[in-house]
Amino acid sequence: MESLFNPLIGGLLIGLTATIYLLSTGKVIGISGILSQLLFNKGRLLPFLFIAGLIIGGSAYGTLTEQTVAFPETRSPWLLILSGLLVGYGTRLGGGCTSGHGVCGISRLSPRSIVATLTFMAAAIITVSILN
Amino acid sequence: MFAAITFISGLLFGLGLAFSEMTNPAVVIGFLNIFGDWNPSLIIVMASAIAVGMLGYAIKNKKVKPWIAKEWQVPSLKHIDAKLLIGSSLFGIGWGLSGYCPGPGLTALVNNPSEGMYFIAALVIGSGIHFIQMRVTQK
Repeated sequence: MESLFNPLIGGLLIGLTATIYLLSTGKVIGISGILSQLLFNKGRLLPFLFIAGLIIGGSAYGTLTEQTVAFPETRSPWLLILSGLLVGYGTRLGGGCTSGHGVCGISRLSPRSIVATLTFMAAAIITVSILN
Repeated sequence: MFAAITFISGLLFGLGLAFSEMTNPAVVIGFLNIFGDWNPSLIIVMASAIAVGMLGYAIKNKKVKPWIAKEWQVPSLKHIDAKLLIGSSLFGIGWGLSGYCPGPGLTALVNNPSEGMYFIAALVIGSGIHFIQMRVTQK
C-alpha cells in the first residue's frame, strides 16, 4: 500500500496545484513554457518565483518524502547534454512538455495535447527500450 | 497576491514531483521501460493529477473569470501540425535518454547537481535555439 500512497499524494498535489493556478491566475501550468518566459520574455518576476518554488519543493525529495529507488549512477555529461538539447528544443517546437500537454492539456481534453502526449510517450518508450 | 500564488504553486508542484518520485530519473526510466522491468507507479501519478485537473476545468467552465486575473489564458490552439509531432517526438527522445523532463530536470539542480547542471544548461541552449529560429523566420 505504501508504494501506492506516495504516487497518489504526488499526483493529487500536481493536479491540485494546476487547479489552484488555473482558477486564480487563469493560466495553465507548463514548466517548459514558464522556463522560457523566465529566459526570453520581459516580466521575469513571476516565472522566477514559480521556478524557485519548484526547485525548493522538489528538493524535499528523499528528506520529506520517501525514496524507493536509488538515483542512477551519475551519467555521461554528453548524454545529459544531448537529452537537454532535445528536451529544450522539442518542448518549445511542440509547445509543451509533461505538465502543459500531459497533465493540463489532457485534463481539458485538448486534442493537440492528447496527440502530443501520445507522441512523446511513444518516443520516450522506444528510446528507453533501445538503450536497454 | 499574484506573486504569492505563483510561488506557492511552484512550491506545491515541486512537492508533487518529489512525492511522486518523478524527481528521480531512475523512476521515470523504470516507468518508460514497459518492455523491461516496468515500474508502473507513474500511472497513478498521471491518473490522479488528471482526475483532479479535470475537476478544476469543470469548475473553471462555470466561472466567468479567474479569481485574481482579468481573463482566462488557456491555450486555444486546436490544429495538429508537423511542429507538434516533430517537437513532441524530439522531446520524447530526450526524455527517454536521461529520464528528465523540464520540471524534474530543474529539481536535479539541487537533488543531483552533477547531472542537473549539464541537463539544464543544454535545455536552456535548446530553448534558445528555438527562440532565435522563431525570431529569424518571423522577420
